[in-house]
Formats: sequence, C-alpha cells, structure tokens
Amino acid sequence: MNYEAVIGLEVHVQIKTRSKMFTRAAAGYGRPENTLTDPVVLALPGALPVMNRAAVDAIIKAGLMLGCAIAPVCKWDRKNYFYPDSPKNYQISQYDQPICAGGAVEIELPGPARNVMGEHKSIPLTRIHLEEDVGKLNHGAGGSLIDYNRAGTPLMEIVSDPALRSAEEAYAYLQSLRTSIVYAGISDCDMEKGQLRCDANVSIRPVGEMRLGTKVELKNLNSIAFVRDGIAHEIARQLAVVKAGGVIVQETRDYDGLTGTSQSLRSKEMAHDYRYFPDPDLMPVKVDPAWQARLAAELPERPFDRQRRFMAPETERGYGLPYTLASVLVPDRELSDWFEIAAKLAGPALAQAVGNWIVNDLQRELAASGVALTAAKITPAAIADLVKLIAAGTLLQNAAKEVFAEMFSSGEAPAAIVARLGLAAAPTDSAELENWCRESIAANAKAVAEFKSGKESALNGLKGPVMKAAKGKANPKAVDETLRRLLASG
Amino acid sequence: MSDTPLHFQTVAELSTSLAAGSLTSVALTEAIIARTLAVEDRVQAFNSHDRESALEQARASDARRAAGRPLSPLDGIPIGLKDVIAVRDQPLTASSRILANFVSPYDATVTTRLRDAGMVFWGRLNLDEFAMGSSTENSATRITANPHDLTRIPGGSSGGSAASLAAGQVPATLGSDTGGSIRQPAALCGVVGLKPTYGRVSRYGLVAYASSLDQIGPFGRTVEDVAMLLQAIAGADDRDSTSFDTPVPDYRAALSAPRARPWRIGIPREYFGAGLDPAVASAVQTAIAHYQALGAEIREISLPHTEYALAAYYIIATAEASSNLARFDGVRYGHRSAEAESLLDVYFKSRAEGFGSEVKLRIILGTYVLSSGYYDAYYGRAQKVRTLIREDFIRAFGEVDVVLTPTAPTAAFKRGEKSADPLAMYLADIYTIGVNLAGLPAISVPCGFTAAGLPIGLQLIGRPFAEADLLAAAHAYDHAHAWGKRTPNL
Repeated sequence: MNYEAVIGLEVHVQIKTRSKMFTRAAAGYGRPENTLTDPVVLALPGALPVMNRAAVDAIIKAGLMLGCAIAPVCKWDRKNYFYPDSPKNYQISQYDQPICAGGAVEIELPGPARNVMGEHKSIPLTRIHLEEDVGKLNHGAGGSLIDYNRAGTPLMEIVSDPALRSAEEAYAYLQSLRTSIVYAGISDCDMEKGQLRCDANVSIRPVGEMRLGTKVELKNLNSIAFVRDGIAHEIARQLAVVKAGGVIVQETRDYDGLTGTSQSLRSKEMAHDYRYFPDPDLMPVKVDPAWQARLAAELPERPFDRQRRFMAPETERGYGLPYTLASVLVPDRELSDWFEIAAKLAGPALAQAVGNWIVNDLQRELAASGVALTAAKITPAAIADLVKLIAAGTLLQNAAKEVFAEMFSSGEAPAAIVARLGLAAAPTDSAELENWCRESIAANAKAVAEFKSGKESALNGLKGPVMKAAKGKANPKAVDETLRRLLASG
Repeated sequence: MSDTPLHFQTVAELSTSLAAGSLTSVALTEAIIARTLAVEDRVQAFNSHDRESALEQARASDARRAAGRPLSPLDGIPIGLKDVIAVRDQPLTASSRILANFVSPYDATVTTRLRDAGMVFWGRLNLDEFAMGSSTENSATRITANPHDLTRIPGGSSGGSAASLAAGQVPATLGSDTGGSIRQPAALCGVVGLKPTYGRVSRYGLVAYASSLDQIGPFGRTVEDVAMLLQAIAGADDRDSTSFDTPVPDYRAALSAPRARPWRIGIPREYFGAGLDPAVASAVQTAIAHYQALGAEIREISLPHTEYALAAYYIIATAEASSNLARFDGVRYGHRSAEAESLLDVYFKSRAEGFGSEVKLRIILGTYVLSSGYYDAYYGRAQKVRTLIREDFIRAFGEVDVVLTPTAPTAAFKRGEKSADPLAMYLADIYTIGVNLAGLPAISVPCGFTAAGLPIGLQLIGRPFAEADLLAAAHAYDHAHAWGKRTPNL
C-alpha cells in the first residue's frame, strides 16, 4: 500500500514591539535576567493586563499579507495551566474567536535545477491568533532558575491546515512565511533568538484515504532545516511502524536535530484541560474598516508577487530578470528595494545588468567586508551610473570590476573613478584605433587569408595585437567592426 | 466646633476644621491612632498599621496646608484600606497565610489617587480571606468583631473596613464588593457603603477575587462622606481596561442639587419574601414611608430572575477566582512550603498550607465549572442568567429612578452561627449579589436599629454610572436621619 504524509504546522512568531503584549514593560532579548519585568509581568497581586495596540496592528498586518479574513470583533481568553515559566499560571490567548481566519501561504518548491523555478502551491491557513510568550527556565544542578524577560512578549500563532504533504513543502512553507513576516516588519524571525518557533503535526494515511491518520506532534524544531529533517524522520518512523504492523500512538515527540532522533514527551492521556474562558480583565477588540484600511496601506508587496513582477518583461512593467536573479533579490526586502532604485535610474534595458552587479559583486563585497547594505557607502545611483558607462562603451568589463571595487570602498562616483584612474575605453572612431587595426592586418597575412576564406575565428588572431597596442582600453565591439570594415574594403 | 469626639466626626466635619485651621492632620492622626489602639483589642479590625508612616504623611499634609497648597478637601484625613488594595511598601495579605509576608512594591490606582488627594494611610483592614465570605470569619489573621455587639460578626468580606469605621478607629475606609462585600458589612455595622458601577473605579492594584464583579468602593458615616471619597477615586485608568472614561461629575454638589421631578422608587417584590427578618422589613418599610413623605413615588416592581442570582454568582465568581488565584503558587512570592521537594510539591503543599478552607472550596468549585465538558452547562448558562438579571434591572429603570431593598436579610449574626453551613452564609448576600451581576451602582444606608441595638441597612440601586443620582437619593434619607452617626458603646 502507498502512504502519503499529512502535515500541519503551528508557527509561533514573536512580534517586534517596544513594550510587552499586556503591559508597559519593555520587550527585548539578551538583557540581564528579570530586568524586563513589572507588576504585570510578574503577576503580582492586583496587577491587570492592558492590550498593546501595536501588537494587534502587527497581527492584522500579518493577516492582510496572508489574505486572512480579519474578525470585526475578537476577544481574549485565559488558557489555564500551571508551569513556572507562566507567571499567572494562565496564558492570555485567543480560543474561539481568533483575530485572523483563513488565508494562505504561497510556497515555491525546489525546481529541477538551481536556475529553474519550481512549482508554486498555496497552503491554506486555519487561523492566526495573538497571545503572550512565557518566561525561560534555566535548569542547573542546584535547581531551576526562571528568567521572566521573555514572559509577556507578544506572540502570534499561525496555524496551517493539514495541507502539507512532504518535509520539503514544510520547509518551503516556513521560508515563505518568514519572508512575508520580515517583509511586513512584524518580526525579525530569528530562530536562534526564539523569535520564530515551529511545532509540526505529522500523520500518514493510505493514498486515496480522506480521513486523517493519528497525528504526532513534533516539538523543539529550532531551525528551518531541523523542521524539514524532523518531519522527514517522523514520516519515515511512522511508515516503519505501520509497515511492521504497528499502530501510530497519538503523542508529542521531541526531535533532536543534532542526533536526528526523536523521543516521546507525553501521550494523549496526559493532555491538559486548559479550562479556557473569556478573560474578564480585557475587553473584546473591535477592528473597524478604517483601522484595517490604515494598516493595509502600510503593507509591502507580497514577496512572490514581487518575484513575478521582477521576472515579467518590460512591457508588463517588469524588469525581465532571470529566475536566478529574482530568487536571490526578492527574499531580501532591503536588497530588492535597493535594486529597484538602481534599476529605475539605469532604465529597464539595463535592469538585468544592475541585478547582476548586485547579486554577484555587491553581495560578495558586503559579505567579505561584513558591512550591512544600509551602512554601505555605495549607492543605487552609483550602480546605475556604472552600468550606463559600460553600456555606452566608455568602460570595459575588466576595468569596470576595478571601478566597482573602488566605488564600494570609497563611495566615489564611477565617472570620477574612471577619470582619476584613466580607465576610459578608447573612443570607438578614433584614427588611432584604425591605425592599430591596419598594422594588425599588415602583420598577420595568414589570419587575414583564413578569415577571407571563411574562418570566422581567425578574426580573433587580428584582434589580439590591436588590444595589446591599445593596452586593453579599446572597445572590443569597435575593434571588431573596424577590422571587418577594413578587411571588406581591402 | 462639633461636640463629637474627633474619632467619630465625619470626613466633611474634619475637612472643614482642617481648612479652618482649627485642626491639624497630626493632631487628628494622633487622635485616630490613640482611638485605634484603645479599642483594637476588642474590635480586631486591623491586620497591620504603620504609626510612623501615618504621622509622616500627616506632617507633610500640615506642611502643604501651611504653605497654602492643600491637595484637596480630603488632605490630611486618615483613611484605612481593606487589605486587598496595594500600598507601596506596606503589607498586602488579603488576610491569607499565602501572602502573610508579602509587601507590595507598588500602589493601586486608588492608592495613587488618595495620595494625590493628600489622604493619610492608616492601617490595613481585615477581611474574609481573598474577600470570600460574609462575616470576616474566614480571615487567616484575626476575627473582627461588630462594634455594636462584640459577640457578633461585622459582616464581610470588608468586615475590617466597616468595623474600624463604626468603632471610630478611622474616619473613612475603602473596601471591595464582589457580591455585597461593601454593602452588607456597612449595613451590619451601621455605616454607609457604596459599590460603584463596574468600571467606575480602577481595579488596578486590587487583589482579584472575581474580576468581572469586583469593584472598589468607599465607606463613610454619611452619604456625603462617601460622595467625597468617590470623587477622589473615580475615573478611567489606563492600567485597567475595564475602567470607563465616563465623565466624573461633582458628587458632593449633586447631593443637594434641585430635582426637576420627585424620585420614582421601585420596590422589587422578590426582595421582600421569605427569609427577611421582620425587624429589617419593618425598618425598611419605615424608610420607604419617609421617601413617600418626601414626595417620592413608590412603585412595586418585579425582578423576575432574582432567584437565580445566587447560583449564577457562585459559578461565575468561583470560575474567575480559580484562575485569578492560580498565581499564588509559591514560586515568585508568598508562602512556599518548607516541605516542598519537587515542583508539584511547591504547588500542592504551598497552596494546601497557604489557603484557607473557604478559598479552597471556591477554587475547586470554579475549576470544576470550567472543566472540559461542563463549561456550557455551568459557566455558559450562568453568563446567560447574568444577562437576564441585567435585563431585569434595565427594564425596571425604564419606570423608576432607583430601586430600594433591604441590604441584608438579617442584622449581624453571632460569631460562628453560620460557619458550619456555607449555604446559610451565602444567603447573607442574597439582596446584594444581583447588583454585581448587573454591574450597577448600589449603596447601603443605615435605616435604624433592632430592639437589641443592631444596625439595619437599606440598599438603593441606581442606573449604570448614575452615582450622582444614587447618592442624592440616598442623601435625601440619610441627612434627615444620620443613623450612621449613632456610635457604639465600646
């Protein structure tokens, strides 16, 4: 029997806000333990939560990015359970009235080759809701210590339908989701800092079966690669269980990415009864059309829309970029914005050349120097000027590399560098060029004869001496044309 | 100058003397401290007091006044707070072992407002543990006596607030009212007690019992005093999402504002049935006759869902309490069992040792009604009943301005009389609970004494946020009788 995997992801994303979800205490990472606290964070007697509007703005933006329906009214519920990382011993969350419902994440699967775009799919979302993060337990030999700095940080939970069919799809889903959220400025989604965390529900069923199989929840998938590997491992584990005649037990498993193994954390029987009920300390939230419209106006273009636009021809207001360039530029919003400024200045015909300089040379220099794009001295206008100089024949490719290196390190304009270093190509119609060509024809009778008998490549033998005489500054196109003209007339 | 000893004078009288310069805050505070200490062994109203801090505040008040800059008409007048209202650097015990050594690092919003009005904090007043009870016998710290008969209870849960005021230990107090916890002890101790509309006074810094029902309110010897105190504490608070930004009128001025038409007073027949002590019924009828004599129109009305109020209250209040009290876990503050050897031990043993039996009973009840499979049958249905009860009142306010009832079915009962029978104890709040479910303002005003010399109170219930009207209606009776000025023989 053939089996297919059914995967749903629950992704938690910390929202980047100045203060916490329900209090004024600052939100942040890497600060001394228990310094980002106040009576509300520590759940002192009498403390009350007050909703952070900026966090609600952020989740509405996320919902609009992903095409969710924004609930006109949503409310807050208490999820009751005892654990020391949860200071109130309940978490404020949204149970039956989440703020975002439906929507989808567009994903791109790997293509047959690196330079070929793969299939795109739409993975439907169930819901997105807002809640508060918990503190952090640090277990040591002498006991456990609690750091409440993280407690109360706004956290959105994005729940997908069980619509993913492979570990690769899950990987692509997370990549796409992360790109969209970073694009909208909602979170930096740094998994190492716990800003994005993922749990996966995995089950298998015979192909053709409509009902879902028994699901296993995978926890602690703390990098995107571990999500992919953990799911692949779990699918293989379940297949092996079933093939050996066993049954899948509903449970929560912990995947260890370093060893590539998983172990059971708890079974269904130990599931909590969270006793959800509406939080009486908080009022329901009404999102009126004006609020939604204000946020919609702040949204960036969706990343895959942008990729399609970058690849569209000039006639469709695109830049005609090949997939290899678009797929590198688009996931990085800053880089793409930078590209668009330069491409507009250079003109549509030179957009691809601009893209090449950014993806190849600029990215390499940034990586090598450790300089951030925002801090780089080089400007989009300078790149536009550079490709224009090359297109005009004023600057040759080899010389242009030298000019670029200078632009990157000093921020000087390319024209100024060319003038200062004397890197301008020889004028294409100069008498000097014609003289060098005549000399080459005169000195290479054999090549001339071969060319005239139809051997095209023989022309190269005539070009070499010209370039040598020009000390590399002759425009190859002009050399080619001049040689052909002289040979045809002679 | 009044012949009444300082400790039995009203806030209004003291305010006048302080303003006239015939009294200093230090002299007043010293008189109050002396009175407190003289009778406290019999009354047992105080969980703690801080003489030095009170005198320091009094000196600061006198300095302000000497400089011609008193903060308000209340500047320099001592006030006692129920030991569930946070005052920075003062103990906050909720009369529970679990908070026996807890000192609040922050001020409740009402505390801040009283500070801003210049009031002098004098003492932390006893209550039923976590405000759960009707006799103050559930306190883990002491048993407070009714100053009018030391063998009887003062009512509860704000028993310390009512008894200390009646005993002349402090001229003004604050309590909290979840099901009658201000009005019932006010009635039983012969003073005035106001439960404001839900949302009129900030709950920030009030140890939560049942968040959707709790409301802080003032006690005074007269309606006028209560109006002055409400003035200081009412108004929206950005630390409490359930506080409303309805404007705060001048309550004291409203007491004697001319009325365009006579009062229409509703008498709900459901509040005068079985269980009402004849002496209480008779005193309330006499008060109704007084209103009639003043020209009020008396109408019999019906609040048909009254009989379901007690059941709905004990579901909603305990459900919220079970979650609100989860934070008392021995992890961050409060009592931690010395016997605990594991995390579960910390929870189980700390809470087992820290909470009294009534608190445990309510936590268990609340946990049960919220648990999976029971939510709809209990909590869901109780919320529907709550809506019906609110609608009963709204309908009544279509034809009357205020509703008049007895505050409690009997005068103060003997210590221990109802301790073994929780249901009999719960019936002590039968006339006050509906008001909390409906979120309405209500006031208890003394309306006479039993043959045995025990105070009796009547309750007036007003429209939401119509405290000014409610106080004026209460004042119309109170200023003619001033039963609250009749002092006990201690």
